Parts: sequence; C-alpha cells; structure tokens
Amino acid sequence: MSTISTVPFNGTPKQEKELLTVIKELEDKPGCLVPILQKAQDIYGYLPIEVQTIISDKLHIPMEKVYGVSTFYSQFSLNPKGKYKIQVCLGTACYVKSSGPIYEKLGELLGIKGGECTPDGKFSLEACRCLGACGLAPAMMINGEVYGRLTLDKLQGILDSFD
Amino acid sequence: MSDITLKINGVEVTVPQGTTVLEAAHKANIDIPTLCFLKGINEVGDCRMCVVEIKGARTLMASCVYPVSEGMEVWTNTQKVIESRKKTLELILSNHDQKCLSCIRSGNCELQAMCKDLGIEDSHFYDGERVHYDLDDSSVHLIRDNNKCILCRRCVAACEVTQGIGILGPNGRGFKAHIGCAYDVPLGDTACVNCGQCIVVCPTGALHEKDDSDKVEAALADPDKFVVVQTAPSTRATIGEEFGFPIGTDCEGKMAAALRRMGFNRVFDTDFGADLTIMEEANEFVERLTKGTGPLPLITSCSPGWVKFCETYFPEMKDNLSSCKSPQQMFGAICKTYYAKKMNIDPKKMFVVGIMPCTAKKFEITRKGEDEGKGVPDCDVALTTRELARMIKKAGIDFARLPDEGFDDPLGESTGAGVIFGATGGVMEAALRTAVEWVTGQPLENIDFKEVRGMKGIKEATYNVGGTDVNVAVASGLANARELMNRVKSGEKQYHFIEIMGCPGGCINGGGQPMVPSHVRNFEDFRGMRAKALYNNDKKKEIRKSHENPSIKKLYEEFLEKPGSEKAHEILHTHYVKRKINDINRMIK
Repeated sequence: MSTISTVPFNGTPKQEKELLTVIKELEDKPGCLVPILQKAQDIYGYLPIEVQTIISDKLHIPMEKVYGVSTFYSQFSLNPKGKYKIQVCLGTACYVKSSGPIYEKLGELLGIKGGECTPDGKFSLEACRCLGACGLAPAMMINGEVYGRLTLDKLQGILDSFD
Repeated sequence: MSDITLKINGVEVTVPQGTTVLEAAHKANIDIPTLCFLKGINEVGDCRMCVVEIKGARTLMASCVYPVSEGMEVWTNTQKVIESRKKTLELILSNHDQKCLSCIRSGNCELQAMCKDLGIEDSHFYDGERVHYDLDDSSVHLIRDNNKCILCRRCVAACEVTQGIGILGPNGRGFKAHIGCAYDVPLGDTACVNCGQCIVVCPTGALHEKDDSDKVEAALADPDKFVVVQTAPSTRATIGEEFGFPIGTDCEGKMAAALRRMGFNRVFDTDFGADLTIMEEANEFVERLTKGTGPLPLITSCSPGWVKFCETYFPEMKDNLSSCKSPQQMFGAICKTYYAKKMNIDPKKMFVVGIMPCTAKKFEITRKGEDEGKGVPDCDVALTTRELARMIKKAGIDFARLPDEGFDDPLGESTGAGVIFGATGGVMEAALRTAVEWVTGQPLENIDFKEVRGMKGIKEATYNVGGTDVNVAVASGLANARELMNRVKSGEKQYHFIEIMGCPGGCINGGGQPMVPSHVRNFEDFRGMRAKALYNNDKKKEIRKSHENPSIKKLYEEFLEKPGSEKAHEILHTHYVKRKINDINRMIK
C-alpha cells in the first residue's frame, strides 16, 4: 500500500527556495541526507513525496534511498499534522484501561491510520506515551488539552465538537 | 601481497592477504552456507548463516566479511556453529510463508536447501506475530511477494550497485522493515527498467518472473492459431542447466527438438532476427559514419532494459540509439508480414512466441509502434528460459534424452554472427564483420574481433576501417552503461559505435536465465562459461557473417529490397520516448 499522503500538498515557492538553499549548503558534505531531511521537515512540517522528489533529483540519489531513510528514523513524518492534533496515550496506565481500542476506534471514525492526517487536513492521529494524567486513564490530548476517562461512545461527540 | 596460512577445521590453508574466511574455506573445499553474501556487491554480513568459530574471538563471526590472519584457527561445523545457524533459520521461518509446495522456487530455493541441509524441523518454536504483505504484480515482468522475503538485500544490491538504479530498498524499521519502492508504490509505477537482475539473485521465491506460459498453452491448444516460436541466441547456452547439464552446455538441438514436441507449428530462431538486425544496424552505422545521417556514437538497441534505462536516465541521448527494433521484434515483424504472406496465413491468426533470456522482453512486446503486422503485435508472448524449462517439464518431455534437431526453414537459418549476440561484445563483433566489409568492399582476413570479447564491464577498441579509425566501446550492466554514457557526454573520448547490454555479461546473464545459486555465483565465472558455448557455436558455423545468410539475402530480394529501404524502415525500425526518473503523477495516481 502506497504511503503517499492523501492531504493535498500546499508547499509555497518560498518554502521550495528555502529547501534548495539548504540542499546547496549541505550537498557536498558526506552523510548530508539526514540533516537535509531534518531541515526539510522544519520547513514543511513533514516529508511528502513532492519534497522527497526535490531532494532525490537535486542530490542525484534514488528516491527509494531518501524514502528508506525517512521511514527508518521515527523523527521523520510522511504526513502533515492536522489542524487538530490528537494524541492518544498508550502508556502503561492508559493501556491497561483499554486506550488501545480507543486509538483504534478513532482511526476508524476518522478513516485514517495512526500517524496519518485526514484528507481535509482537520485531524491527525498519533499514539504517545504517558501524558502524566494517569488518574484520568484512558486519556488523550487534542492540541494540548487533555480528555480523560474516555469511553468508546464518547469519541464521536468529542470529534464533533471541533470545527 | 604476502600469503597467509591459517587452519580451517584442522586443515592448513594458504591464501593471499585480504582473503575472507569464507573464501579461504572454499579454497579448502569447505562449504559455508550464505544467504545474503554476493561477492563484490553485497558484502554486509547480515544473514548470520555463515558464522564460524574463530580461536580467541568472543563470539561467532560472519565469515563472509572476516579477513584471514596469520596463524588463525577456524572451525566451521562445530555444534555451537550448527545450533546458531539452525536458530537463525528458525527465526527467519517464523515470519516466512512456508508455502513450499506451490512455490515457484521449490527445488532451487536457497532457504529451502539450507533448511534441509541443517535438518530444520517443523517445531514452530519461534512462531508469533507475522506481517502479511500484498503481492505486487503491477509490473509486466515480475511478481514481488514480500511474504517470502528474508531481507537479505541481494535484490537491493543488484538494483543499486550492479545496475546503478536503486528502485528497491529497505523501508521501515525493526519488525516492520521490508523491501519496497519509494513511498511503497507498486513497482509498475516506478522507473524500474524490467531487467530482472533482482530476480536472479533472490535466494527465495520473493521475486519471480510473471509466468506467461498459460497464454502459450492456450494458443497451442487453439486449432485456429498458427503458433511460431523463436529462441534467443543465449537460451541455447543456458537451458541445459535446468535439466542437469553443466553450465556452458550448448543445447540448441535439444531445445529445438523439445519445442517441436510441444506442438509449435514452426520452430524458428531469433538468431535469424539477429542477422537481420545486423543488416539494418550495420547499414545505419555506415550511413551515419559516411554520410552523417544521424548522431554518433550510434548505440545498439537490442537490450530493452538498456533502452528503457537510456530513455529514463539519458533521454537527451535517445537519438543516438539505433532505430532498429530488437531481434525479437524484427523476427516477429517479418514473421507476420513476409512469412505470413508467403504461407498465405492471416497475421491475426499467427501467434509468435519468443524464448528469451530476459524479463524486459515482456515489456518490449508492449512498446508502442511495434505492431507492424497490421494492428497485431510483432511478438505475442515473451517467455523466459525458466518458463520454457517449466513448460518442458510439465509436458513430460525427457529433455536430456532428446535427439539434436535443427530449426525450420527459412526463418531458422542463421550465422555465427547471430549466435554471439547473446554475450557482451557479440553485437559489436557481428556488426563489425558486416560493416567493415561493406565500407572496404573487401572480405575480412580475420573475422574475430577479440578485443570486444570477455566479461569486463567496459571494453574499448579502435579499428581501422577503410582508412578511418573507428572507436568502439562495449558496456554491460547498467552501472557500467551509466559510466560509459557519462564519458560520452563529457566528451572525454569520441566514440563512433557503442554496444550496451542491460545485464552484466550480456544476455547469457539475463534476468530470465536459469537461477545460479550463490555458492556457484560467488566462486565460478558462470557468465564466461555460458559465453564460451556461444563462441564455440559461432566457430563451428559454416557461415559467420550476417550478410552472407542465404535466407536473409532472399528476404531482401523478395521483400525488403535493401537494408535501410523505406519498407525496411516501416517494418523493422522503431522510435523512443523520453521518460522521467521520479514521475510523481504516475506514483500518486
């Protein structure tokens, strides 16, 4: 299954210019791919195919090589973050209180997998470790705000409260 | 460099400094199993099958990357070593399909053979979570089944190092690590050139050709179809390996006999198409050289993997490619025009099958504009040598005991020039045998152009042709092709004529050829052995120059007029397109 993001690419000419400057600065240094990918992610927020194509073309290395590195390190993301960033805690306390099914249900309701963003750019979903809200387990955080004592039937209502 | 003496399993061995323990053991006739090691291209010590005990070492060592040293003592078959290898295999199997009965590689799978040798039992001791991957059948030429992949990365090395392309690579990490393309798009949406070098190095059934034999069986069973088969030059030098003959056995006669017994209406030879290619290509070369009718260097276009590579990575050089179709396609085109007319057969009812050393031939038959038989494709199906071998076995033909038979006339008649097409340098030599005689008007004293023979990746020579020095170059393997093309582009050297074959060593090492297990691949010059069979075949031929082939002469008299004629151009020549390396639109689709 292709991992190309379904969120339309919104890169600006300014961002591209910035990326090309970064590539020019670093391209002659051995092992330049990781720092270039880091800077590219700083510029765009993620590493979509449009960005990896530029890097592959400019460095004259196969795109698979760029992609392989970008999927090896967890610091890199192939998907943008949504307007509302949902982080579900899979830390020990939340996990034993069934946050796993909560995470799965959210993916189902949003039609995306963990790490992805809805095509309209509204919600992104990811797992995280302890939020320090174990007393409210199972918990999740949306744009920094904690939602606790979650149950499966509460989730749709929470999603509906965002526009 | 000085020599090193060490002991392996108590036996003294002396080898040059820098030799690995694996190579030293081979010299002492001790076999160490390997799954990932490919000499020169994949020396990564990943699979841990080749581990050995070395006196003084804290742990077991990967012998494929461990250099020998003076006085070293090595044991390759202790209980500790065997237990470790068995555990490694059991761990590999814990995330492997194990559908051996239906697997295309059953019988020549390196993983299966190793499990048998080491006595692996169905204990399923390490069974746990498994990753399931969808089959990737998006390409015309191959199937990728990651459920059988053992992550040895041989295919990655073949694609990236041997071919300089890098379409396949490791994606993800840990348990989710897998081999795939950028963004895990299907292979068919990438710039893959269909060469199949990944297949021939795969130790398991994770990569294999797309089997088209069912289409051929259906045509053979159809009484309305007139089914013609043509066999590529190199296939006669390799098919025997599938039936127990030693590498380098010429089985031309047995192959023709087998095809006849399978029910083909005519058993012809692509060597005829090769001779025809020489007529057109040598003419094109002479015209470009003496009249400047096109850019120099002229570059051969027989290898569809190379052609697609050129279109993708050197699109600005596409006009340097010879406009000649490949021998397979020329043969098909003549079959469905000249021969169909001669025999009074409707070209639509004619079904042409190519037996090819090559997976890219499956792509070539789909190229636009290669359908001169009035809306029917030049060639209907391209089968690899491996597919033919399976069909022969399925048909219950005892290949080894078949008598040697000849090809049918007239499209089965060929020369020594045609047969050497199957080895790197062969097309160049064949073309020179004709072009030089055409330019000088004199018969050649010596028709062996030995400078362009051999397994070197890039070969160069200069020949004086009628007072002009002609610089020629020959490359095989696409990484070498890239290097040579960069030399051409930089203007470092002026060449007049270049032969390029997509696979290292030429068609005898094509992606559709019989599998050569790594323990042979790493230590034997199997390409040279296969090529030798073709040069011996050439030597035995009475006629060794394409333009002296009587059936070719007749073809021009009766139908094509002369090389490069309008009719020849219409039927035997093609055109090329520019392709993109990273085609986002195709990938996103």
